[in-house]
Amino acid sequence: MAETTATPTAASEEQRTRAIELYSLMHRIRLFEDALLELQLAGKVPGLAQLCQGQEAAVAGSVYSLRRTDWMIATYRGHGHAIAKGSPMRPLMAEMLGKATGCCKGKGGPMHLTDMAVRNPGLHPVVGAHLPIAVGIGMSCRKLEPGSVCLVDFGDGAAQCGTFHESLNMAALWKLPVVFVCENNLYAVSVPISEASASATIAQRAAAYSMPGVRVDGMDVLAVLEASEQAIGRARRGEGPSLIECVCYRYVGHSQHDPDSGLKYRSREEIEAWKQRDPIVTFRARLAEFGVASESVEDLETRNRAEVDDAAQFALDSPYPDFEEAFTDVY
Amino acid sequence: MAKITYSEAIRQTLRELMHRDDRVLLLGEDIGLYDGVFKCTRGLLAEFGKDRVIDTPISELSFVGAGVGMALSGLRPIVELMFVDFAVLAMDQIVNQAAKLKYMSGGAVEVPLIVRTNLGTRGGAAAQHSQSLHASFLHYPGLVTVAPSNPADARGLLLAAYESRQQVLYLENKQLYFLTGEVPERDGLVPLGRSNVVRPGKDLTIVAASYSVVQALEAAALLEKDSIQAEVVDPRTLLPLDYATIAESIRKTSRVLIVDEGYLSGGFTQILAGRIAAESFFDLDAPVTMLAHPDVPIPFSPALEKPLLNRPETIAAKARELVRV
Repeated sequence: MAETTATPTAASEEQRTRAIELYSLMHRIRLFEDALLELQLAGKVPGLAQLCQGQEAAVAGSVYSLRRTDWMIATYRGHGHAIAKGSPMRPLMAEMLGKATGCCKGKGGPMHLTDMAVRNPGLHPVVGAHLPIAVGIGMSCRKLEPGSVCLVDFGDGAAQCGTFHESLNMAALWKLPVVFVCENNLYAVSVPISEASASATIAQRAAAYSMPGVRVDGMDVLAVLEASEQAIGRARRGEGPSLIECVCYRYVGHSQHDPDSGLKYRSREEIEAWKQRDPIVTFRARLAEFGVASESVEDLETRNRAEVDDAAQFALDSPYPDFEEAFTDVY
Repeated sequence: MAKITYSEAIRQTLRELMHRDDRVLLLGEDIGLYDGVFKCTRGLLAEFGKDRVIDTPISELSFVGAGVGMALSGLRPIVELMFVDFAVLAMDQIVNQAAKLKYMSGGAVEVPLIVRTNLGTRGGAAAQHSQSLHASFLHYPGLVTVAPSNPADARGLLLAAYESRQQVLYLENKQLYFLTGEVPERDGLVPLGRSNVVRPGKDLTIVAASYSVVQALEAAALLEKDSIQAEVVDPRTLLPLDYATIAESIRKTSRVLIVDEGYLSGGFTQILAGRIAAESFFDLDAPVTMLAHPDVPIPFSPALEKPLLNRPETIAAKARELVRV
């Protein structure tokens, strides 16, 4: 019984639940991406797919506090975001393989995962294009469902686009409930941020738009969560947008066409150093602090594995769309 | 029916849509106190307030993008781009986002967005404020591109764009804003994707859109004096194109002249000529003939600008040549 086995940190039931959910979410995302990588290597993914291993804390921590009725719009490296927002894995994985049962009927693929049931209007692979779209969604939130918010995830590459300036300016000007989350994984494909950004941090730019800007350790899910909860709360209360910069790292290459985990532009030592701070391994080690028993973690991991295996099998077993499908949904 | 100008028809229809649906809001540069550069939003700020008539910063890419975001999440934005020359700044949002989101999402995402802008040469506005870039927006499946040529169609196509819940690029024309015509006070929807035979005739078909329709009708009146009966077909919706109506006209007249304000290369004239060559070749008694803007930027000086433009006289002259072939 929980009350008779009080832990030294005396974590509340709420904290315990939150810790286990955050861990599970990161774990599910990692397993999903690993399974996708396997399918890629087996030649089952018929095109581009960009993976997010290493960035799970930034994803889970930022999206966790959103409600189902809130909006979320993310980058092409957003498979984790789609999962975090609450989409079932089967249609997501089927989409990766271009199958009829995919969340976009096989017409969008890995870079466009969409699920309007959880208000994810699609991942966006034209870098920076979705920032202004988030501003528009923020306007809908305010006008149609006050108290709801739009979270927009983008990379350090997108922070160098003109739309970054235009969108933060408009969101602040119109005081919209938009949470801008920059996953700064230090490289825009191969170009390091030091060669692409004249400002020392992305977060500092928030000051120019009179909005709060914070830079957090994107490998620490609780740090991201705290920043995100503050920004989401602010947006819900009608106090306007915020900018969060999560410094994190992508373990894999930009895509399957960037072999050896990107060794052409970064060192093996650098990659290994970041892996030492793996968000999932480090947070798993902290679960006991929140009163989570190790057996329950293992059970959870087994269930997560089963979920991902099921999604992969479902995707493999699913049929391709009929050719006629190419001509529907144009208008 | 009331006789009003083209810009007034747009203004009244915008106002009507705003009364009908409180999710409709307007976004654009100088559309508030300034009434819009071509006065299409005159008085709407005073009537509907800043929440629904929003003057934007000069951020074309992002305010069109904001329109995309509003549209996919339940609002009905109508966005004004001051000149089509500036639409190229917003190209990604129009052609990659608005036109593709529905398809890429397997039909889950709808983008009921209307982007208004204008074609045409006003005189003395030079190479970046005078272009007719409609052909640039005919290459993107998913986008609906309309170009009303008179006040009634301006109303009817705007109503249709709203009703359709599709992503519509609505192309006005600087030469048409002050043209007057009969406009229904109620209803009057003009269906998308339906060409209009504006004037029947048997000797040749003139296909023209936007302001070129006005010029083609004047040319047809000149030709009448020479007992040449020109049939004028206005596609109204340029994409997706109702080619069947154009093909039927060509079957009847076996001669076709395409008149357009856009540049020749890659322009509407060449696009349509290709289709006619491919699909109506055996109905023709003469080569497909085109009158477009020559492949030079639009110059400032009237001495240079005016001779480059189509006129009813040049259209009629070309038509006379064509019927003699």
